Amino acid sequence: MKPAAVRFYLLGERAAVLAADAPAELACQRRIWWLASQLRGHPGLIDIVPGMNNLTVVFDPLAVDGEAMLSELQQRWSGAAEACVTPREVRIPVRYGGADGPDLDHVARHAGLSPAEVVAAHSGAHYTVFFLGFQPGFAYLGGLPEALATPRRAEPRLAVPAGSVAIGGSQTGVYPAAAPGGWHLIGRTALTLFDPRREPPSLLLPGDSVRFVAEEADHA
Amino acid sequence: MLEILRPGVQTTVQDLGRHGLRHLGIGQSGALDAPALRIANRLVGNPEGAAALEITLGPVRLRFLRDGWLALSGADFDATLDGQPVWCGWRQAVRAGQELHLAGSRRGMRAYLAVDGGIAVPEVLGGRATDLAAGFGGFAGRALQAGDRLPLGEPLALEGKAGSRPPAWTPEIRALPGPEYAEFSAAAQHALWSRPWHVTAQSNRMGYRLAGPTLDRTARHELLSHGVLPGVVQVPPGGQPIVLLADAQTTGGYPRIATVIEADLWKLAQARPGAELHFVPTTLAEARHALQQQRYHLNRFNWSAYGD
Repeated sequence: MKPAAVRFYLLGERAAVLAADAPAELACQRRIWWLASQLRGHPGLIDIVPGMNNLTVVFDPLAVDGEAMLSELQQRWSGAAEACVTPREVRIPVRYGGADGPDLDHVARHAGLSPAEVVAAHSGAHYTVFFLGFQPGFAYLGGLPEALATPRRAEPRLAVPAGSVAIGGSQTGVYPAAAPGGWHLIGRTALTLFDPRREPPSLLLPGDSVRFVAEEADHA
Repeated sequence: MLEILRPGVQTTVQDLGRHGLRHLGIGQSGALDAPALRIANRLVGNPEGAAALEITLGPVRLRFLRDGWLALSGADFDATLDGQPVWCGWRQAVRAGQELHLAGSRRGMRAYLAVDGGIAVPEVLGGRATDLAAGFGGFAGRALQAGDRLPLGEPLALEGKAGSRPPAWTPEIRALPGPEYAEFSAAAQHALWSRPWHVTAQSNRMGYRLAGPTLDRTARHELLSHGVLPGVVQVPPGGQPIVLLADAQTTGGYPRIATVIEADLWKLAQARPGAELHFVPTTLAEARHALQQQRYHLNRFNWSAYGD
């Protein structure tokens, strides 16, 4: 497979970006995680933020020269390896459907499946945390079975409850905190995804492998 | 202790924000007018990143429950201490029981109140700033309410006057072209730099939505989610730009037409709804120089306050 074209550019006077062209691929993302881990602790760097197929490095512009940072990124990328550490596996128990997942039936109708088949497909798949964003501890997961992809709601909900497991387009995720949201809610977990007093504060980290486990309804 | 009697539109505990946590989706938070927070802290002998209050519009009333020193900076809110005027940009001794009243600003949007010893709320994830969206940090993770009593740090032994002249606000906001600048039409590129942009009412600590000519993007492809920062100027499909600020999310997916330089972010913090702004193109070298000048101004003030 031909590797995606990669661009290097500055974002303002205090960030440098490495961005591979779409589509997002796990192999590329693994190199991004590897590079992020290599850069951590580098003097003058403030933040190292993986995105989807890209990496943004934030630095102190009075301590680090942006152009030099770009060449450094370029050099390190050409020698980058795919992160080959065994991913942590995180299991997320989910109560699917009912009051916890009011949109399960909608997703099932859209997919032409029964609600039970949606649950089986969603909990049967292996997911990977590509990156975190949107909210503290919100993980963008790759790996949703194509059959379950459902366009976002026309009218976003004003308040999605914390712990909601949702599908938006071809992505699935868990809301760490109550927030407005346009994704379809198919279930809910009792796990705390983000706790500022925990170390690390986020349950999910980039590179983690994630499985959803269907809980029996009477556990609700 | 510092007791809130009347909190105003939005008063929060802020410092210089959290850094190094964006990869966990944790935003920066912190004072929108960071230079003003640094000045207020220095006036009362605090480290410049100590926690202070960010006060948005007025009127606000607070009561001091211990002797100490206060300093106000940022927008001038016509403050009085038990009825006597308090000058913005100067430090002032205060006694337990005295009430500080901030009427509101004629110009500017946000005032900063620092107290010697700092606001001693517990540190969360390395900072004392309030993350309003996620609901942690600051005081109970929220904007202050009447009756809240804030802990203060150890009082400092200060003497005499110290003051600083605030920087002059102008509507010129220096910016660098963003990564997707070339994807916008020639007319949009021209409009960005040459037309006035008005601050809309949909502006808050997350970002300022501006109103002006529609900025057309000629490219149609969707962008993959990427890291964003305070100062990034995003253009959603509607064509009206949003300047991201301290409370913005850590990642976004809209095209970035420009980035406001760090040295000019405070001007946005002090721009009120309806204010007219002008983007001025600048260079990397100028952006760094402007930041250096801003830090130099702070250090020079420090010398005059303590070296005399």
